[in-house]
Amino acid sequence: MAENINIVVLNRLLSGFGVTLPADHWSGILLAALIHIFLLINVVAVGALVFIWMERKVSGRIQDRLGPTRVGGKFGWLQTLADGLKLITKEDLMPGSADPLLFKLAPYLSFAASFAAYLALPFATGWAGREINTAVFFVLAIMGLEVFGVILAGYASGSKWSLFGGMREAAQVVSYEVPLGLCVIVPVMLCGTMNLVTISNLQAGWFTNWLVFHDPFTFALFWIYFTCGMASVNRAPFDLAEAESELVAGFHTEYSGLRWSIFFMAEYGSMFVISALAAILFFGGWNGPIPIFESWAYAPDEVSWRLTGYLANLAGCVNFILKSVVGVTVMMWVRWTLPRLRIDQVITMCWKYCVPISAVAFVGALLWQAADLPTPNSIDRLGVREGWAVSQQSTADEGEGDGAKVEEGEAAAESIPAAKPLGRSLSSLPRSVRRDAMNLGGQQ
Amino acid sequence: MLDAVNWHSFFFLLFGGLACAFAVGVLVSSNIVRMAFYLIVSLSATAGLFILAGAKFVGAMQIMIYVGGTLVLLIFGVMLTAQAAFVSMRTRSSDWVLAFLGGGALFSLLLLAAFSVDEWRVPREDQSQLATREVESAAQLGWGLLGVRVDKQQAEADLQDGMSGYLLPFEIVSIHLLVVLIGAAYLARTRRKVTTRQAGVAEAAS
Repeated sequence: MAENINIVVLNRLLSGFGVTLPADHWSGILLAALIHIFLLINVVAVGALVFIWMERKVSGRIQDRLGPTRVGGKFGWLQTLADGLKLITKEDLMPGSADPLLFKLAPYLSFAASFAAYLALPFATGWAGREINTAVFFVLAIMGLEVFGVILAGYASGSKWSLFGGMREAAQVVSYEVPLGLCVIVPVMLCGTMNLVTISNLQAGWFTNWLVFHDPFTFALFWIYFTCGMASVNRAPFDLAEAESELVAGFHTEYSGLRWSIFFMAEYGSMFVISALAAILFFGGWNGPIPIFESWAYAPDEVSWRLTGYLANLAGCVNFILKSVVGVTVMMWVRWTLPRLRIDQVITMCWKYCVPISAVAFVGALLWQAADLPTPNSIDRLGVREGWAVSQQSTADEGEGDGAKVEEGEAAAESIPAAKPLGRSLSSLPRSVRRDAMNLGGQQ
Repeated sequence: MLDAVNWHSFFFLLFGGLACAFAVGVLVSSNIVRMAFYLIVSLSATAGLFILAGAKFVGAMQIMIYVGGTLVLLIFGVMLTAQAAFVSMRTRSSDWVLAFLGGGALFSLLLLAAFSVDEWRVPREDQSQLATREVESAAQLGWGLLGVRVDKQQAEADLQDGMSGYLLPFEIVSIHLLVVLIGAAYLARTRRKVTTRQAGVAEAAS
């Protein structure tokens, strides 16, 4: 993108002044970075704006009320903006017994962790802040940091309600990271990669290709993932850290005004990330239930821009955001339908139900794959096992598939250590040839 | 103007400086929760250094295990046992002397070792590409832990015999951790006193 900005935009603008910039000039890189940040921060900010309004409408309808109706005309859709204006004018309070540094930093820490996860989150093929090949792991690691905002807010407020909220949150998050990790491993295992873009593109085509329909175990795993995801972003029925019926408002009891609202931006931001991760890992990401734009989409190794590819990406992005919004809506639905659990019930739920079920489903999905049982998915199991799914994308440009390489591949197939070189050298050959080479190696 | 800046060195110094400054902060501060917060920044900056060197997996691992795991437990432990003696720690002067002797010895050893490698004194030629380079995948690490070294094929012939997988160390560490976990659970469980009445009920039920 930086090269395009320098060559296409800046050089045309500056040509009148007789200045030409090289392709890797810093101004293009800076502009590209700013555009990325602007787009991503608006996903969080506008997302929070819409989600808070939606939450009020959804809760209203569930409780047989109307919710906001007046601000901004129809449906009260500007209600959040009015709320925001009110929050800005509120006084910024801090208790006398608080730890001033940590009290002020805690909301920003929460928001920074939530926002940093968007860095690695792809919205369509090639549309990611940064495409990292261990993106799943990176997003999970960063999401785990959000808890610090809550814990430090709880501690630094110098209030017993806040401290209890923070302690509950710490216990809850530490517990729920275990089943969450177990659930995420299965799609990673089935696709043979931690790259979110590759995982999503492997599920391209009809909805039968979605990993949630891969086998009964992945279907069960999705529900466990979603439950644990809700617990890890501190949403009802797992909002023990807030628990307004017992702890006033839990960790944010002492916060007011803008600092308070930053906590909520972070919460809605992470809700979206959890849903988006669910969409990519289990529901095909930007690949819709019906492959309408499949013929237009970019090929994995394509670099040049074309309109049809762009439109396919745009449709995929809309599709992806829609799926994530559905996930967020389900979280709201659950919040306003189910009563809050007690803290011991939350921990029991994690260790006695979620962890065993996800462990069994993990082994089940593993055996299903190993026994080659039937699946509606069309993921090339052999290719995934040999690491071809990854190497096909990363070494597509190397393309050296002559006869000598095939022989080398056959020789290497005799021993497992050669799995990687085999996958690399054969990646550019037609699939049937690769399969033959593999079978030959297996028989010897 | 800004083209002359070596951005790799700039970010290296930024992350390195953050890591060191907040490490000193941990040392100087006497409030244990603030120490934990400084440690968060310091360890996250170290993760930034890993990512800058192109090791994104190790960077994410650093955040996941040290920042997201160990430090949450540390703060959790402080909150559970929060007493004045722990929240604001007084360090005795003898502790300072001992710590400086031990830490200083290790620091000088590491410094000597680091500066004795000639290749590390000059910047790498592909330095600026490191952070943006696409690393193959983390699958190689996984294979290594399963006992298969996929880089064996590319290694020199006389080195190949010494290259073994990490299955045995991995298993030893896993068993060790399992033993520790069971021991911790055993020590931490609540021992309920069985009253005579409950014991009588249990006997009657059996």
